[in-house]
Amino acid sequence: MTEQTTTAGARARPAGSPRQSHGPSPRDLAARTPARDGAPATRSDRQDGAADSVSPPAAAPTEMTGAQALVCALEQLGVDVVFGIPGGAILPAYDPLFDSRTVRHILVRHEQGAGHAAAGYAQATGRPGVCIATSGPGATNLVTPLADAYMDSVPVVAITGQVTSGLIGTDGFQEADIAGITLPITKHNFLVTRAGDIARTIAEAFHVASTGRPGPVLVDIAKDALQATTTFHWPVHFDLPGYHPVTRPHSRQVREAARMMTTAQRPVLYVGGGVIKAGASAELAELAELTGMPVVTTLMARGGFPSSHRLNLGMPGMHGTVAAVGALQKADLVVALGARFDDRVTGRLDSFASGAAIIHADIDPAEISKNRHADVPIVGDCREVITELLGAVRAEHQAGHQPDISAWWSQLLAWQTTYPLGYTDPADGSVSPQRVVERIGQLVGPDAIYVAGVGQHQMWAAQFISHERPRHWLNSGGLGTMGYAVPAAMGAKVGCPQTPVWVIDGDGCFQMTNQELATCTVEGIPIKVAIINNGNLGMVRQWQTLFYNERYSNTDLDRAAQHDSPQPGPAGAGPGAVTGTRVPDFVKLAEAYGCAALRCEQADRIDEVIEEAMKINDRPVVIDFIVHRDAMVWPMVAAGTSNDDILLARDMAPEWDVTE
Amino acid sequence: MTYPTPRLREHDPGDNRHTLSVLVENKPGVLVRVAGLFSRRGFNIESLAVGPTEHGEISRMTIVVNCADHPLEQVTKQLNKLINVLKIVELEHAASVQRELLLVKVRADTDSRSKVLETVALFRAKVVDVAPDAVTVEATGNRDKLDALIRVLEPFGIKELVQSGMVALGRGGKSITDRALRPVDRAAGGAGQ
Repeated sequence: MTEQTTTAGARARPAGSPRQSHGPSPRDLAARTPARDGAPATRSDRQDGAADSVSPPAAAPTEMTGAQALVCALEQLGVDVVFGIPGGAILPAYDPLFDSRTVRHILVRHEQGAGHAAAGYAQATGRPGVCIATSGPGATNLVTPLADAYMDSVPVVAITGQVTSGLIGTDGFQEADIAGITLPITKHNFLVTRAGDIARTIAEAFHVASTGRPGPVLVDIAKDALQATTTFHWPVHFDLPGYHPVTRPHSRQVREAARMMTTAQRPVLYVGGGVIKAGASAELAELAELTGMPVVTTLMARGGFPSSHRLNLGMPGMHGTVAAVGALQKADLVVALGARFDDRVTGRLDSFASGAAIIHADIDPAEISKNRHADVPIVGDCREVITELLGAVRAEHQAGHQPDISAWWSQLLAWQTTYPLGYTDPADGSVSPQRVVERIGQLVGPDAIYVAGVGQHQMWAAQFISHERPRHWLNSGGLGTMGYAVPAAMGAKVGCPQTPVWVIDGDGCFQMTNQELATCTVEGIPIKVAIINNGNLGMVRQWQTLFYNERYSNTDLDRAAQHDSPQPGPAGAGPGAVTGTRVPDFVKLAEAYGCAALRCEQADRIDEVIEEAMKINDRPVVIDFIVHRDAMVWPMVAAGTSNDDILLARDMAPEWDVTE
Repeated sequence: MTYPTPRLREHDPGDNRHTLSVLVENKPGVLVRVAGLFSRRGFNIESLAVGPTEHGEISRMTIVVNCADHPLEQVTKQLNKLINVLKIVELEHAASVQRELLLVKVRADTDSRSKVLETVALFRAKVVDVAPDAVTVEATGNRDKLDALIRVLEPFGIKELVQSGMVALGRGGKSITDRALRPVDRAAGGAGQ
């Protein structure tokens, strides 16, 4: 499905033409995607590049300021949008940026929003996202999104202004050692104090961010370097002698993996986000169909292999399906592709897939055997690995090695049919959060991009939306950043203006970053935000219900914590069970931000409200779904326990030896 | 103040000390990247020495870590991910020359000075400063030798002591810097220009 793109963003533009039609087409952008193994492509193929940009026509050596060199480098690297907020130290860069007609700057309301927007843009498009902030507090506000991008391996380039180089280290006004602060949460970072180093460093930053295992890179530039004069050359030559990501897998390891895959009796493909980053979805589907192996897709891999595919058992891990969790636990061979054996997937590590041999393919050698010993380690880009595996498995098949895994499948299908995902609608006609999420997925369809915050709604969105396409499911997996969704959706919508972008957010998450709705309205970025409003920090409340004796300490967002009058527990469903957060009133808040605002409090109005939201495409839409606060995410493996002890509901465990 | 009890490396199965030689780009902040990685990933550095090499643009760190083989592999992989790290080699005890430098100020008055000097000579260390009530001794060697020297000097009274991190070089004619130096040039935006 398509929707109209607003041109509201053009209002503030001097050129007068709608920004999004002025910019390069998605196909142009795809052509400029940095090559996976080589140098980033340039904008030199653009016919109108010279007239539109700050860059000199032929990129001949030209005298300019460091700030101009920065903008020229961004133009040459094909950057079409940056998210940021100006301030003292970065101010010199904003002057030439004002003149650039190929780099659109989107003025966010908080630097954290810029960072998540850059990540959302990168996750949706596959191209590095760029955010800009000033020194000191501007830079420190980027810390959370950078940590988030680091955990989820998202290519983000953050550019920060720094105080004048002579002031560095003197506790100057708005000085923070952002390179030092972000050392553990970036793939790499740079401090630039000379104008002549700016263009090269930016090129290096993009190269490091987007190749190998992607990740965030920060470039901190001293104000005097931005102001000084330098000679701009393009292309720039750079040398990173210590950086050689391996993308090509070792063929002996691949052959050994194929041999094991064609002899295992209970194999499973454990697919992680690396498959999406490598653009290997088509190859993965081919491998799954060739081998007939069951597939489990982690939270970061949802959409990397269609949820509706008969071989997809769903999501493994803490809130995974019984079939997916069981498949890993009882497997004799786990083939991990671009996954990292995260604790939310493995549960208690020493009882994870205890009978399985492990084949582990990842582009980052440090992930292999980090948490679980790999019997066959394969270092390489997932697409190359899977392509080679296809050939090697075919060779095994031709040699007559094709195992019969039908017994395994009948076990898996028994789990799948006996323990499907499910929920019950409340009897009183109030709204079930799972149904809201499920209906959004069904009505909006798999072509939309879904962006979730962190918590119960995130898990329901991962479970109940049918994720069919890669890069259409964005969430904060590794860091678990509440507040990720609204700004990330904004970035995704900017990167894919023709694609509907739906946020599934919680009322807690939403209150952390909803100021970016102002940006969305002003810049013409019509996202849809569905708030699953249960008036509580729902996932924390769920843990309090299960593990803290129903003592709801500070999880009710609408009432101050009170010791003496405990709220009714899950069975109670007493007063306030379905009131949701009313302070602030999200409808009024959304209207104040210039959004369309809807509220839904009855189950029979869910479809109607979603459809109404789908019709509004000239501004952002916020829907306040008031839902029951006691709904819980199931199944669940309690933190630190074994996956074998997965619960379907409170005190309800599956029978592993069930048959069809 | 206490000093580590001397250990006999070769015969101690519980000893998990490993010596890593790490070639890094000689750029600001590299030391903190390496040191930060160790603390962040929960590894203890026993000793660390950094200095220039025969190539101006490369520094060499000698890091002694005490950990089992699996964590060592993990820390090596994580170190390799640092963009400024060029090469990591583990130097086996038997296949390398390992040295530390010790400066120790020992109480030595007219009565005890000759005994101190005798001990110093025994260890082929040397006196680099003499005062009426103390001498400063310089010694180089592996950890065991220095520990032994400290142990025998201790009865005289150690006023002050400083010890360098270990530096080490592999035995034989080969150099680990050669391959790390091979230039790898990349250009951003080469196409069509």
